Amino acid sequence: MPEADRIADPWGARTPYGPGAEWPPRQDVHLAEGVGVEDVERWVPAASLLHSNGDAMDIAVAGGRIVGVRGRVDDRVNRGRLGPKDLYGWQANASPDRLTRPLVRDGGELRPADWDTAMERIVQRAKALLEERGPSAFAHYTSGQLFLEDYYTLATIWRAGIGTNHIDGNTRLCTATAAEALKETFGCDGQPATLADIDHADCLALFGHNMAATQAVSWMRVLDRRAGADPPALVCVDPRTTPVAREADVHLAIRPGTNVPLLNGLLHELIENGWTDEDYIERHTVGHDELRAAVAEWTADAAAVHCGVLADDIRAAARLIGRAERLLCTVLQGVYQSPQATAAAVQVNNLVLIRGMLGRPGAGVLQMNGQPTAQNTRECGANGDLPGFRNWQNDEHVRDLASVWNVDPLQIPHFAPPTHAMEIFRYCEEGTIGHLWISATNPAVSLPELQRVRSILADERVFVVVQDLFLTETAALADVVLPAATWGEKTGTFTNADRTVHLCERAVDPPGDARSDLEIFLDFAGRMDFRDRDGAPLIKWTDPESAFEAWKACSGGRPCDYAAIAYHLLRERGGIQWGGERLYGDGRFWSAPDECESYGKDLVTGASVEPVEYRSLNPDGRAMLKAADHVPPDEQPDERHPVALTTGRTLYHFHTRTKTARAPELQAAAPDVWIELSALDARELGLEDGDPVAIVSPRGTVRAPARIADIRPGVAFLPFHYGYWDAGGEGHHRAANELTLTAWDPNSKQPLLKVAAVRLERAP
Amino acid sequence: MKLDLALRAVHRSERRLAEELLELGERHKADHDVFHLSKTLAGWARGHARALAEAGKRFGLDLDADEPGSDGSPGPLSVVREKTAELMGRRPEPGLLLLRDLRRLHLAAAEASIDWTVLAQGAQAAKDGQLLDLVTACHPQTLRTLRWTTTRLKEGAPQVLVS
Repeated sequence: MPEADRIADPWGARTPYGPGAEWPPRQDVHLAEGVGVEDVERWVPAASLLHSNGDAMDIAVAGGRIVGVRGRVDDRVNRGRLGPKDLYGWQANASPDRLTRPLVRDGGELRPADWDTAMERIVQRAKALLEERGPSAFAHYTSGQLFLEDYYTLATIWRAGIGTNHIDGNTRLCTATAAEALKETFGCDGQPATLADIDHADCLALFGHNMAATQAVSWMRVLDRRAGADPPALVCVDPRTTPVAREADVHLAIRPGTNVPLLNGLLHELIENGWTDEDYIERHTVGHDELRAAVAEWTADAAAVHCGVLADDIRAAARLIGRAERLLCTVLQGVYQSPQATAAAVQVNNLVLIRGMLGRPGAGVLQMNGQPTAQNTRECGANGDLPGFRNWQNDEHVRDLASVWNVDPLQIPHFAPPTHAMEIFRYCEEGTIGHLWISATNPAVSLPELQRVRSILADERVFVVVQDLFLTETAALADVVLPAATWGEKTGTFTNADRTVHLCERAVDPPGDARSDLEIFLDFAGRMDFRDRDGAPLIKWTDPESAFEAWKACSGGRPCDYAAIAYHLLRERGGIQWGGERLYGDGRFWSAPDECESYGKDLVTGASVEPVEYRSLNPDGRAMLKAADHVPPDEQPDERHPVALTTGRTLYHFHTRTKTARAPELQAAAPDVWIELSALDARELGLEDGDPVAIVSPRGTVRAPARIADIRPGVAFLPFHYGYWDAGGEGHHRAANELTLTAWDPNSKQPLLKVAAVRLERAP
Repeated sequence: MKLDLALRAVHRSERRLAEELLELGERHKADHDVFHLSKTLAGWARGHARALAEAGKRFGLDLDADEPGSDGSPGPLSVVREKTAELMGRRPEPGLLLLRDLRRLHLAAAEASIDWTVLAQGAQAAKDGQLLDLVTACHPQTLRTLRWTTTRLKEGAPQVLVS
């Protein structure tokens, strides 16, 4: 059977099914040209590392090389399906420009070196700096694309070995708001719902979530339900007419930055019409009176004015949400990267709570992740949290963690929340951080205001180590570059956006001298000779499986308890969820004062709630309804910069294209940057489709051809994936983040990448 | 009745708070969270001052609703401050200056907060429900500003003090 062209038809053929039925399997396979199934020597179990859906797959191996992939039909997440990025993306592994040797900077140039030379250079610098300036001069900026074992190891090394508070991941850009919103509402991180709720829901509401592009396989699941009997209603909130918007029954194309007014309007409508579950609210929540009072003024008409949509459309959406019997809400970057990110994401939690739609089939909320392993960054404490969802403000939690690591509690910084990425770069800019280790991420393309980021990375006062697969824009600015193995070349586990853990096994050898991330961290720890309080080595594990077992001990008794999961079970059964299929079905939360991960923050200022205050607010560990009023965005379009720029993604690329641009089919599908604008705006500027446009913000200029699209007039869209390694030109006029501003949500500290004021000009 | 004195005191301290907030933002432009949030919080304080000026009329007070330059638009001096802040952004000393300024702001917010408390006590004794409503509407926001300065100081101090 000829393989389908999954660039032209990204979601493949429909397999319709009705509510409550099992999602029919469909196996997607792609093998290299000229390779048949009979040529495959081994199929090695893995899961997708190019989005957060965690689609289970097998890697096809022949002659010591990866020759293709197939979906695993027995897996709960994807039932055999794969999205375009997974079908074609594996080819990047064998790309001829992989890093195969360490590089060290000598005389201003990066030159090849052996591992000893590179590691000794890092370690000598680290030891001298630790002696001279102490732990606060160190930072680690990691990823949402390593494995659980890597994160737990690096969190232990940097938090307990070095003893710094400056650890974060690029998850700050993708999933920080999901975690923060869950903490604000439920007292603790942890995805309440499951992807299988799509099978049962009678209403799906997607808030700023272009699922068709970001989680293609779950979108297939939605389309299959929509094609079957008794399809679920679909509500879409997005300023762009995405595939989700086209499929939706109600599409609210709101003005960027107005999620809170919209959600307050919806909450108002639900309360006004009595579409609430008073019994659930009474038994399981606190804060109901405050919420009711806060949304009292937010009629559909009032919200419509702020959001720039029709009040009738808001009412229509409220009707679908309000009358649903099984409501599933999902949230992603349209909320997380916009102003008032956490405040808005929390209002989605409120929608679900006041409707009593939690913890049963088809009813719940999915605060989504952007990256494949972001969940593990959060769980393992490689971002702005302590490992195991421990609360940095709770001395008992810190003591417990110290006993797991067998170190003095004082060695683990807990005098303030772990430093978030934007502040880490600020400390580098000030010169108070002198040793910055960056693993598997590319801030020189993904952080806002790139001119500033480049100047920080190039600053001689900061010694920068970059561990990656390719000489990325970031690696090119490093002092030492370490070549890392990736998916298919190393073994480890990771957890998707619905808490499903998969084992991803080594199928082939990494190229040249490249090493697994875990080996690199273990080598560093050994050379630094980190010790516990009894003088034994701090890191007591030596390989992926022993690292996983160490993590199980650390997570024991916490919400993300991995005790019931083991490598052999993952090999036998495929994906396994921690915490069971759904959380909170019994109306019990991890929000009791002694258990919770966070005491919460002020939704406008980000000020921490103190433990005593929390105890009086939520003594019985209920879910918390937190209201938020609208705070207008700081940067709004004005006369000089009249257009609201929103940045985002395409289905065919992941992150900064380090892998997807090296897969020919994906690269051909979206080879270069473009700017989307409405026909109305194009006409005013005298632009035709394909005309060159200069997009100018107070921080930089990007040049891209115009693509006239179905998007809100006054709003332009620029994909953020495109950097400079393959730009083939001079200057910095391709990356969307040249234009974005350095500003972040006060709660989640997630940068506001979805709003910048720009001016569009016809380019020469 | 000396309620007018208490009202005048809150008005003065809220106006000062607004001023301090705007100045803080201008002085620390490279600390982006401070720069952005200080404008929102200054908006709260200005709103309080306006509401107090309105309420003051009942007590024969003629309090200015706004003062020059406090509408958020940058005057010439503030542009100089912002530019200096940008240039200084690459040096470690601003960290120490930020601590000093946040501490100062914290005290200004504390002053405004205690002035609200005094006014609330007076309003209750005078059984002035209208005035009490004003306190109930505004004082919590001043307390939130106060909590923010505490949080921001706690977060910023360690790096400044040990680096």
